[in-house]
Amino acid sequence: MTFFLQMLVTGIVVGSIYGLVALGFVLIYRASGALNLANGEFVIIGPYICLILMTAYKIPFILALIITLVFSAILGLIVERLVIRPIQNAPVVSVIMATIGLSSLLGGAVHMIWGHQTRTFPPVFPSTPINIAGVIVTPVYLWSFIVVIVLLVLFSLFFKFSKMGIAMRAVADDRQAALSMGMSVKYVYAATWTIAAVVAAVGGVLLGNINGLSPTMSAIGLTVLPVVILGGLDSVLGAIVGGFVIGIVQNMAGGYLDPLVGGGLKDVVPFIIVLLILMLKPHGLFGSRRIERV
Amino acid sequence: MDYLVVEESKGCEVVRNLFVRESGNYKTSYSDDMKMFGTTGSKIKALLIVLIVLSLPLFVSNYWIGLITLCAISSVGAIGLNILTGFTGQISIGVGAFLGVGGYTSAILTSTLGLSFWISLPLAGIVTAIIGGLFGIPSLRLNGLYLAIATLAAQVIILFVISRWDGLTGGTAGMVLSRPTIGEFSLSSNTGYYYLCVIILLLTVMYATNLLRTRTGRAFLAVRDRDIAAQIMGINLFKYKVMAFAISSFFVGIAGALLAHYTMIVSPELYNFHVSIQYLAMILIGGLGSVFGSILGAAFITLLPVGLGSLIDILAGFMPDLYQLFSALKDFVFGAAIILFLIFEPGGLAHIWLNIKKYFRLWPFSY
Repeated sequence: MTFFLQMLVTGIVVGSIYGLVALGFVLIYRASGALNLANGEFVIIGPYICLILMTAYKIPFILALIITLVFSAILGLIVERLVIRPIQNAPVVSVIMATIGLSSLLGGAVHMIWGHQTRTFPPVFPSTPINIAGVIVTPVYLWSFIVVIVLLVLFSLFFKFSKMGIAMRAVADDRQAALSMGMSVKYVYAATWTIAAVVAAVGGVLLGNINGLSPTMSAIGLTVLPVVILGGLDSVLGAIVGGFVIGIVQNMAGGYLDPLVGGGLKDVVPFIIVLLILMLKPHGLFGSRRIERV
Repeated sequence: MDYLVVEESKGCEVVRNLFVRESGNYKTSYSDDMKMFGTTGSKIKALLIVLIVLSLPLFVSNYWIGLITLCAISSVGAIGLNILTGFTGQISIGVGAFLGVGGYTSAILTSTLGLSFWISLPLAGIVTAIIGGLFGIPSLRLNGLYLAIATLAAQVIILFVISRWDGLTGGTAGMVLSRPTIGEFSLSSNTGYYYLCVIILLLTVMYATNLLRTRTGRAFLAVRDRDIAAQIMGINLFKYKVMAFAISSFFVGIAGALLAHYTMIVSPELYNFHVSIQYLAMILIGGLGSVFGSILGAAFITLLPVGLGSLIDILAGFMPDLYQLFSALKDFVFGAAIILFLIFEPGGLAHIWLNIKKYFRLWPFSY
C-alpha cells in the first residue's frame, strides 16, 4: 500500500509539471493552431541559465529565477518574430516542421554551449524529507506541486478576467473576427509565445531541481504530447487534468509493469494511451469538437 | 482557330532541333498526351540520366559511390514519405520506425530464416506496408496535428516492441546482416550495391511519377487539398488514406531493407525519432509533392553532415576543440537549414531548380 501511495505521490508531482509544460503547448496551439515541438528545448534552456547564474555568478535563487524568466520571455519573443511570424500563413506541416527545426537548432546550441554531461542544481529547497502518513515526500516535490498549482490557478484567472487573456481567447477562436474587431493579432501572438516560453522555463527549473539537468531532458517536449492529446489540444483544463492522469499512469506502469517486460515502459505507456484516445475520442477529454464544412 | 492548331500539328512527327522547345501543346490524341516521355527531348533526357547514373562508378571514387548509394536509399524512402505527406497531405513523424520495420524484416528473413535477399526485399516492403496501413487506419478520423501525434505514437511503440522482443530481434544489441548475392556474384563491393540501389531508385521514380497520373494519384491530391470535398465527389476516403499509408510505407520499408543490407547491421537506435525528422526535412527541403525534389532533398540532408565534416576539418586547424562540437553543430545547422528553407523558399529545392530552368529556357532574352 505504501508503495502504491509512493507511486501515486510521485505521479502527481511529475504530472503537475507535465501539466505546466503542456499548458505552454496548449497556449500556442490555441493562438496559432500549431504544435510547438521545440517546447522541450524551451524547457531546458531556462534551467541552464538559472544554474549558470547561481553557480558561476553566485546569484541567489530567487533573483536568478527572475532573470531566467526575463531571458525566457525575450527568447520567446525572438522566436516568434524571427521564425513563426514569417510563416504564420503557411500550411500546418510547415509550422510543425519549423518548430522541429527550431528544436534541433536550440538543442544543438545547448549542446555546444553547455556540453552533454548531467549537472545538479545547488540545493535550493531543504533536503530533509517530509513523512506524510508513511509516504516520503521530499520538499522539492512539495514545492513543485505548490508552484504548479498556484501558476495554473493564476492562468485560469488570467484567461477568464484579464484583457490580454480574453484577447488570446478571441484570437484563438477566430483570427479574422478578432482582426476586424481591431485587435492586434501580432501582439497577441507575441504575448502567447512569451508566456509559453516563461511557463516552460518554470517547469524546467522545477524539473532540474528534481532530476538534475542534462540536454536529454528536452525529451519532455515529446512526453507532454500525450498529455495534450488526452486533455484536448485546445483546453487549459485538459492540459492540467491530462498532466495528472499521464503522470500517475506512467509512474504506476513504471512501478508495477516494468519488472514484467524488462523496463522502459514508462516512456511508452503515454503513447499507448494516445493511440487509444485517438481511436475512441479523437478530440480528447475536454477539447472542442470542430464541425468541418467544405 | 482550333482547326489551325490541328493542321499545324501534323508536321509534328518530324524530328526537330533538340535545342528548340515546343512552342505550344500540339497533342492530338489522348495516348499522345499521356505518354510519359512525350517529346524527343524528354526521351533523350531520360536516356542521358540513365546513362550517367550507370556509368558513374567509372569516374567517381569508391568513397563517393558509397555516399551516392546512401543518397539513393534515402531518396527511395523520401519518395515514399512524399507520397504520403506531399501527395496525400497526411503528416507522418514515424518514418524512422517504418524504416526499422523494413530493416528488421529483411534481417530476420535473411539472417534467421536464411531466405534469399531477393525474396526478403519485397517481403520487407509488404510487411511494412501492412503495418503502415494499420497505423493509417486512425487517419480516417484524425487530421493534421492529431494524426502527426498518432504517427509519433506509432514510432515510439514500434521501437519499444523492437527493442524488447529479444527472441525475434536481438533486443538492443541488434542483428547482423550480409550483402546480397546474385548467383555466385556477391554485391559486397560498393559499386555492386550502388547499381542495385540506383536501379531500385529509378523504378521508384517511375512508379511515383506514374502514380500521380492515375486515378489513385489524383484521388490522393484531392484528399490533400480538401478531404471532405473529395469525399463528396465520390472518393472513398478510408480506402485512399489507408492506401496512401500502405504505398508510402512500402517504399519506406524497401529503403529500410536496402539501408540495413548496406550498413549490415540493424539496432533500435538507428531508427529513432531523429531519423523521422530527417526524412521529413528531406521532403520539405526538397519540395513537398515533388518526386524530383525528394531526391534533391535526400541528397541535401545526406550530404549535409559530410560537407560540414570537411568544413570542420579545414577549421580544426584554428580551433582544435571543434571536433567535440561536431554532433551538436550538425543539429544546429540542420535546424537552421530547415527554418531558412521554410521562410525563404517554401517550395524547396525543386522550386529553385524550376526557377533556374525557367530562367535558362528563354536565356538570354528572358523578358
